[in-house]
Amino acid sequence: MTGSPPIRVVRGTALFIAGDDVDTDQIMPSRFLRSTSFTGLEQHVFEDLRQAGPHPFDDPLHASASILIAERNFGCGSSREHAPQGLARWGIRAIIAESFGEIFAANCTAIGLVCVTLARADRQSLSKACVDVPDAPLCIDLRRQRVEAAGAGFACTLPEGRRQQFLDGSWDSLSLLMADPAAVEEVDARTRVFAPPPGVL
Amino acid sequence: MAGRALYEKIFDSRVVREVLPGRYQLFVDLHLVNEVSSPQAFEALQERGLDVRFPDRTIATADHAVATRGNPVLDGSPENIRQVLKLRDNARKHALPYLDPERGEHGILHVLAPERGMVMPGMTLACGDSHSSTHGAFGALAFGIGTSQVRDVLASQSLLMEKLRVRRISVEGRLGPGVYAKDLALHLIRLLGSKGGVGFAHEFAGPVVEAMDMEARMTLCNMAVEGGARCGYVEPDDVTFSYLKGREHAPSARAWNRCQAYWRTLRSDPDAEYDDILSLDADAVRPCVTWGTSPDQSVAVDQPIPHPRSLPPDQQAAAVEALAFMGLEPGRPIVGTPIDVAFIGSCTNGRISDLEVVARLLNRSGMKVAPAVKALIVPGSRAVRQELHRRQLDTVLENAGFEVRDAGCSLCCGMNVDQLVGREVCASSSNRNFKGRQGSPTGRTLLMSPVMVAAAAVSGAVADAREVFEEHGA
Ligand code: SF4
Repeated sequence: MTGSPPIRVVRGTALFIAGDDVDTDQIMPSRFLRSTSFTGLEQHVFEDLRQAGPHPFDDPLHASASILIAERNFGCGSSREHAPQGLARWGIRAIIAESFGEIFAANCTAIGLVCVTLARADRQSLSKACVDVPDAPLCIDLRRQRVEAAGAGFACTLPEGRRQQFLDGSWDSLSLLMADPAAVEEVDARTRVFAPPPGVL
Repeated sequence: MAGRALYEKIFDSRVVREVLPGRYQLFVDLHLVNEVSSPQAFEALQERGLDVRFPDRTIATADHAVATRGNPVLDGSPENIRQVLKLRDNARKHALPYLDPERGEHGILHVLAPERGMVMPGMTLACGDSHSSTHGAFGALAFGIGTSQVRDVLASQSLLMEKLRVRRISVEGRLGPGVYAKDLALHLIRLLGSKGGVGFAHEFAGPVVEAMDMEARMTLCNMAVEGGARCGYVEPDDVTFSYLKGREHAPSARAWNRCQAYWRTLRSDPDAEYDDILSLDADAVRPCVTWGTSPDQSVAVDQPIPHPRSLPPDQQAAAVEALAFMGLEPGRPIVGTPIDVAFIGSCTNGRISDLEVVARLLNRSGMKVAPAVKALIVPGSRAVRQELHRRQLDTVLENAGFEVRDAGCSLCCGMNVDQLVGREVCASSSNRNFKGRQGSPTGRTLLMSPVMVAAAAVSGAVADAREVFEEHGA
């Protein structure tokens, strides 16, 4: 276990969530934050909206979608890690939006969920295509920063540091931290002298 | 080469390696684990087939979800009970030291770890709770972390971190009578704004900080995070060493001299270069009270509630909204604002010195809690609770009309059975006045020092404790 798998390309079908400012409370209502497990969170993604009426996450045509398309400021609001966790566990592997909540995008990166931004006009034609042809395949290429769909291609962007983390497989902090156990042991041994750990109580 | 601030010295001493340019793997000496932010982290370990790397550098206990009346575990809500028992099971499974609330070993981690002598100068510490900055009082670097970082520390005893900038805040002069570390903290947050510390470690220094005892320094560092700083710390000195000496987990008599000699080297160099330096006059600080829903929205107790238009333009909209939520009228004095609940406790102000001064003032004045006010004292740990009892301070507090509870986070966070109801107004010695923080979505929080909470409790409304308790100094 010395590194997380690189993510260079995400392929799949997409579903579209309409509206600006879809916050993390809508993605994962706060009552599900109190559980002691992320397991099963996929069932509660957008739960309140899904109960209010027909929703793309319940549409059998989108049941195998792995890419989510959204409008502006997707994932704004509270920093809950449950929102990306729920989406990832549902099967979402990438999100395309015009912009993202800052912490949400960072939390997504930490679990290998790709967030890329698209210009408004491009996002509009992409979401229209996805609604018209639900099973149209989409491809996000992080190497070339392009989104390809049904013959059309769009430039997409993400912060360069984040792009590198996906490409070289360093998006998973724990893999990085586990890579050099001997170096950790050296610091452990050295620091015990002046700050003895509490040990077994 | 310019000298280094203590922040850099400790950071450099704990770097395992530079993983990516500017991103370091930082070793964590001590990891405090609570029941709220850890279950998913343990679950992630299991998913990856990993174990806890250094169980002896880990301490687990439940603080957020315990009940402060009756059985700390079983008198919680079903969900609280689940959280606590999950932590107990995870601790057992990974052979982690677990302080068991059912055996009365519990307390708020930020109260408990220092009082047992677990926190020492030069250490790095992490905990899945924002107010971990508290431990900086010992000249340690202490970070509040999120659940995925809790996982990282459990599995690797380290964190991925960037270096912070360092701001030295030198507090000159003297705090007046009736003015406490909490007032200084709120004053500073008002000056710098709740985001003023973002990207910084705050080094608290100067004669006022040097004169503070360890518990006051903890209050100051605890609130650093409310000013946006990632951590706050004080350079260790004789006050630090004498606090530590003889405590359960502090170095033994045999190791003491060696450790203390090393700790004495943990100072910022005189020629250290800081990213920012701020000097503050403590004589100007007066008891503070918040009027809004962010900890930087406060006034001195003798001031009126501000008109939003008197604030900087970027703060006006938030102030209008906060005042509407709080139901407070700009231009009116903050003194006289009626309260329903008085809460003295939390990791900010739930230590023995906080409760002792309250007991002393109540005893001396003979004043009683106003009939309409529900007044709670919640000690930060079971040990503080026992100390209250040993010194018969619990009787003094109870005679004055306070209900003295068992240890826990209690009303600080609304994640346990202690919660505000409806639009109740709570004078609180805790650290956050966010909407809904104390459990009721419409509940309202006024942050202040423990002594100011006591003054509000006996007056039934916000009051200047210096007048109520005739604390005019010698
Ligand atoms: S007392 Fe409040 S701030 Fe402190 S650890 Fe508990 S909930 Fe967090």
